Amino acid sequence: MALPVYASPLERLWHYTYLVICALILLFLIAPIIIVIPLSFNAEPYFTFTEKMLHFDPSGYSMRWYDKLVTFGMQNPEAERGAAFWWDFWHNATWMQVTKNSIIIGVCATLLSAGLGTVAALGLTRPEMPFRKQITAVLISPMIVPIIISATGMFFFYSGQWLPIISLSGGVHMEWGRLAGTYAGIILAHAALGIPFVIITVTATLSGFDQSLVRAAASLGANPRTAFFRVVMPLILPGVVSGGLFAFVTSFDEVVAVLFIANHDQQTIPRQMWNGIREQISPAILAVATILVVISIALLATVELLRRRSERLRGLSPR
Amino acid sequence: MTDATSQMITTADGKPLKAALAASLAVRRRRAFLLVAPLFLFILISFIVPIGQMLFQSFYNDTFSKNAPALVEWFSTHPEGSEIDESAYAALAADLAQMKKDRTAGEAGTRINYDVSGTRSLFTSTARGADKFKPPFKEAILQVEKKWDNPNVWRAMRSASSPFTLDFYLAANDLTRDESGKIVPVAEGQAIYKKLMGRTLMLSLEITALCLLLGFPIAFLLSSLPMRKAMLLMILVLLPFWTSLLVRTTAWMVLLQSQGVVNDLLVWLGLVRDDHRIQMMYNETGTIVAMTHILLPFTILPLYSVMKTIPPSYVRAARSLGATSWTAFRRVYLPQTLPGIGAGGLLVFILAMGYYITPALVGGADGQMISNMIAMHMQKTLNWSLAAALAAELLAIVLIFFWIYDKLVGIDKMKLG
Repeated sequence: MALPVYASPLERLWHYTYLVICALILLFLIAPIIIVIPLSFNAEPYFTFTEKMLHFDPSGYSMRWYDKLVTFGMQNPEAERGAAFWWDFWHNATWMQVTKNSIIIGVCATLLSAGLGTVAALGLTRPEMPFRKQITAVLISPMIVPIIISATGMFFFYSGQWLPIISLSGGVHMEWGRLAGTYAGIILAHAALGIPFVIITVTATLSGFDQSLVRAAASLGANPRTAFFRVVMPLILPGVVSGGLFAFVTSFDEVVAVLFIANHDQQTIPRQMWNGIREQISPAILAVATILVVISIALLATVELLRRRSERLRGLSPR
Repeated sequence: MTDATSQMITTADGKPLKAALAASLAVRRRRAFLLVAPLFLFILISFIVPIGQMLFQSFYNDTFSKNAPALVEWFSTHPEGSEIDESAYAALAADLAQMKKDRTAGEAGTRINYDVSGTRSLFTSTARGADKFKPPFKEAILQVEKKWDNPNVWRAMRSASSPFTLDFYLAANDLTRDESGKIVPVAEGQAIYKKLMGRTLMLSLEITALCLLLGFPIAFLLSSLPMRKAMLLMILVLLPFWTSLLVRTTAWMVLLQSQGVVNDLLVWLGLVRDDHRIQMMYNETGTIVAMTHILLPFTILPLYSVMKTIPPSYVRAARSLGATSWTAFRRVYLPQTLPGIGAGGLLVFILAMGYYITPALVGGADGQMISNMIAMHMQKTLNWSLAAALAAELLAIVLIFFWIYDKLVGIDKMKLG
């Protein structure tokens, strides 16, 4: 944004003031996220830069909080770092267990919401879809309804005993079970919360999709199935994947529903962070935060690449 | 001409064209609907129905009526204003005896306790000896507990004798009924919900205003820079958007502590004395700062997508016609950004109204919002009906703004990133 040559001195002054203001706002946006990274290497249990850290003295920095993350919850944290140590880590370390849970729940919820969501988005973007607006409003609602209301609703729903379970203990018989406190319950809850993001992203991709390509495929002899998998799918795939990533992040970051419907076995990363922040906040939380920031940078890079690819495929970007 | 219109147009196999078209359209409509149906059913069953079920509790609570059948019977035969006589006490004695047997006196008492505080113990203590009451019941019961004389308790029991009640909506609005059943405001010190709702609205408005104020310059900068540079800066906006909410809240807790980075910096700059560090967390300031940071990308992205479509030639034309840069901005540019301001502002307001995690962690006492109160009634006081009534009010406000959003922006125009 170059200044026009006819700008008056006052306009010039304002222009530079404006740039400074923008820089400050961008600093406000990014500084809190960046600042946790060096602080997580603090050698002292403080949340601020120590004298030594400011002088870049190596003894002011340490990996102790990362070490604590690894050993927290292990049976024998003092052991030699051999196979036995890592076996213990894999099976007992608290953060390892919550990471496994987060990944299992996130992946299953994402597959469910991306699958159902993409099919629904295909229907929603057809011009002859009846009640499109009303149905879209319902499908978007999990994003709009305050999370505390969704979570309490799900709490009552999943606490009800209406799930038929076939039990094999002592002869085959059926009993009524509840979804609260099971992986299935949280996966369903997270899938519902992730669906709006899939719908929004995939419908946006589909609205830029040229329907005449399908007709072209049909005129060349493709049946609807072939046309879908060979023509439509490759073109909308970037949108589907980035919608799925949104859904995954939603699940990966969700704590309130887990708070209400999970029991001790299904604790996730954010749930464990919530515990850590509420009880005794220590720089170990910053170590977790740093790892999560690195993950979000990777996710952001993936989504950006997908978006560019999708635009290139559709010939929108001037490369 | 008349011949052509009156003559039925038919398809090749002789069907009327209109009917054939309608039939094929119906098939296509059904196909589109069938694609959406699985997801729609999924959301309906696992999301809409549970919320409806939860809200149902706001006006349906049978914990008293199902445990006190004799009293329910007495209230239905004796209209409001009738004297609390021996027959009423006989019904009470019968119910209390049954409650003792089923161990439900606490449950039934809790329902009355929501209305008249201190009555739960009245139920449990009287029920303890309920199987030994002999007629005349009135004297026997009053001998054990004098408080049964209180007409307010009987008024509360009458109101609770029907499982359908508006009591919880009254409570959620700081209202109660006096002895004669007239609706009156609750005592000064107990009125909290209306104030909290007001504060939630106020905080959301402040946060929305701050987001627009901070988001506008950034969106403007992004839209006026060349593509390559804009994309680079966009990363600074998108990274917070993709970062975990808890990470961002933690980051602000670290920054804002009295021994944190911001205070240290202020002390170092000499702006604040070391023994007068500013309390920026566990209060309203903490909630506002952290939530503004978290919601800022939600204003920048819609503003940016609107600003990108505004041709710069309009402002140039205004300048060439003699407008100062300020007039050109105010009269020509700003009105064109209104759709973006509406979309971003409404979205942030809707999201802010329902925030729970950030106020719970950095809000302290005066930075709490209505969601935190709902959570408290769900988890601590276990007054689920009141939680549901508060939730219903919050949901109503949010849905009104969602409806406005739909009218102004259109939900199908919603975009992410």
